[in-house]
Amino acid sequence: MPGLIENLPTNSGDNKLENTISFYKTPSPARFTGIGAWLLTTDHKRIGLMYMAAIIFWFVVAIILGILIRTELMSVGTTLMEAETYNALFTLHGVIMIFFFVIPAIPAIFGNFLLPMQIGTDDVFFPKLNLLSWYLYMLGGVLAIFSLFADGPPDTGWTFYVPFSVSTHTNVGLTVTAAFILGMSSMLTGLNFITTLHRMRMKGMGWMQIPLFSWSLYATAWVQLLATPVLSITLLLIIFERLFGSGMFDPNKGGDPVLYQHLFWMYSHPAVYIMILPGMGVISEIIPVFSRKSIFGYKAIVLSSMAIAVAGSLVWAHHMFTSGMSDVAVFVFSFLTFVVAIPSAIKVFSWVSTMYRGSILMTPPLFLSLCFIYLFSIGGLTGLVLGAAGTNIQVHDTHFVVAHFHFVMFGGTGFAFFAALHFWWPKFFGRLYHFKTAYVAATLTTMGFMLHYIPMFVLGMQGMPRRYYDYLSQFETGNFFAGIGAYIMAAGIFLMFINLALSFKNGEKISQDPWGGSTLEWQSPCPPPLHNFVAPPTAPGYPYDFKAVIQKANEPKGTGGGPS
Amino acid sequence: MNQSMDTTGSRTGMWLFLYTEIMLFGGLFVIYAAYYRMHTMDFIASGKELDMVMGAANTVILLISSFCVAASITAVQQERKKLACTLLSITLALGFLFLINKYFEWGHKFDLGIYPDSPAMEDSPHGRILFFSLYYTITGLHGIHIVIGMILLSVTMLFIFMDKIRADHFVFLENAGLYWHLVDLIWIFIFPLFYLIL
Repeated sequence: MPGLIENLPTNSGDNKLENTISFYKTPSPARFTGIGAWLLTTDHKRIGLMYMAAIIFWFVVAIILGILIRTELMSVGTTLMEAETYNALFTLHGVIMIFFFVIPAIPAIFGNFLLPMQIGTDDVFFPKLNLLSWYLYMLGGVLAIFSLFADGPPDTGWTFYVPFSVSTHTNVGLTVTAAFILGMSSMLTGLNFITTLHRMRMKGMGWMQIPLFSWSLYATAWVQLLATPVLSITLLLIIFERLFGSGMFDPNKGGDPVLYQHLFWMYSHPAVYIMILPGMGVISEIIPVFSRKSIFGYKAIVLSSMAIAVAGSLVWAHHMFTSGMSDVAVFVFSFLTFVVAIPSAIKVFSWVSTMYRGSILMTPPLFLSLCFIYLFSIGGLTGLVLGAAGTNIQVHDTHFVVAHFHFVMFGGTGFAFFAALHFWWPKFFGRLYHFKTAYVAATLTTMGFMLHYIPMFVLGMQGMPRRYYDYLSQFETGNFFAGIGAYIMAAGIFLMFINLALSFKNGEKISQDPWGGSTLEWQSPCPPPLHNFVAPPTAPGYPYDFKAVIQKANEPKGTGGGPS
Repeated sequence: MNQSMDTTGSRTGMWLFLYTEIMLFGGLFVIYAAYYRMHTMDFIASGKELDMVMGAANTVILLISSFCVAASITAVQQERKKLACTLLSITLALGFLFLINKYFEWGHKFDLGIYPDSPAMEDSPHGRILFFSLYYTITGLHGIHIVIGMILLSVTMLFIFMDKIRADHFVFLENAGLYWHLVDLIWIFIFPLFYLIL
């Protein structure tokens, strides 16, 4: 094991960093011990880790549901389950993945843990509100579990489209309430982050010295704050509709179901950027560290994050080109969709340019980031096929859409989440995982991913609709290969998690930055002490200045009495 | 940890929260706009069924209550604890009065058989059904906000008694006041949309 990181520079010679007491041993507030030290804590690091436990639980549940769905689809006819069960499973898979995993994963875990550290402070601005957000998240989870019983799980798809969501007898009401509460949790997290970034940056850190991950959280937080209430009210109206028959979306009473779709996507399209922006922030942190080179176009990345937040709020109706809309509206929304692709492309360009002529150090986080860039680019480009009004009509509601958004949400956010896990794992736990296994797991996941989703593009082009329980026999080959891909991918993910978990047993203990990062969170020990820093951190003039890191790496080994 | 001393930060957080409330009601106003355009004549006819005097009375009540909250902040700054509590009590009383008005207004409509899914509404024009669905949804949600605001102001009063809110530390009162003003402000939009301009 030690051999694996021999070439990595460490902040050797700083004994202060080694002898600090980590936040695991210092509960905050101090009067709580045992389990109470976790459940009643206001420490942003502990809250981040509590999110991690819950989110990974839901992630695994949704993966298993996904596997069941793909197994069912591997052959024509009934394989595992009845059609009703299938409808419930794809709904649950969607609801859990989106509301329980993709939206909160990066902001709630990594944002909570790292945002205060990256701006050199000791906590978020509203620590108690932060804990409340976690409890709201858990409450949403409990409600979602309840919705499985009584009248059975919802079968509407995660979009809860009317009129079906109003007329079906399954437990839509409870699930919608769960989504409402999760929305509140994410909104309050956003509120907390914005206030923290405005009021708690360390002395001397201007807006253009904030690390890019924090910037991306800032852009995300604004979308969370302003878009979520629209979803909340839409979901409330569904509940009213079911309880009181208010008729707001019922054509028999003059209501307009398409208006529901507008309101739903007014939130849910910006929500796509809630999901991807933090992922982009993660990649913007990892690439420069392992290229030992300042990020290319810092300001361009910052501006493109904000541009995505703004422009992403104006494109919602491209989900509805076939729902009935004026041609002018179709044209405008199609155009805006193409516009929003520009800032994303700027980021991809910046990442690749950062690596150009850098001194690349291959590590699992970088490997996963490269997978991210590749998969996300495919996802982004196929998004343009869907954004163009003409081609959209052809592939609307086919498996092409399924493949596209999985490439963006999973190949994008999912892989960014994996990369972040591998990058900040030593920061969280003071342990290194086994590198080779990490590479194997990442490769398996990526290969499985490709085998899983590429056939879906083809199936979609051939006209196989999404969400269908059964299909014509000509689609069988594609579905069969997709199923095999799903197994490989799931095996890769589980291997990844097992490898990370095993680091607690066999992993090499470290106390300092193993990567040579330049942002502030690496100035403190791994894991950090209660108040995050041993000595007040020094604000760098520019967050991606690697001069000191390179200098340290070039020092002859053995000087300064560094760690083994 | 010196966040609690940073009153600007606390206020920033409160303002951000108010944005979310505006977006929440904004969604409903979007629906209002869409249906108003589709059923303009029905909306105008239904709007005439609402009691403008009741609506106006409630507007005045909320405006006075907002003034009382604002005045109570000044009172706390001048260390006039009793006056501040009196003003907040008046606010709470006015909040109650608003709800009582609303109760009679809704009750009257129920007596006439005007409520969602009622037999009497079945043959109504579509615009009328939507108008009253919106009316109940928006004023109902607003009513819930009034109740939350009243709870918040009661807690504030308790804090003034306990000297947790003082002349040098009154950001909680300010934020509770901001919330109350927002609830008032939303009513200022509801009143013309339903009672006045139709």
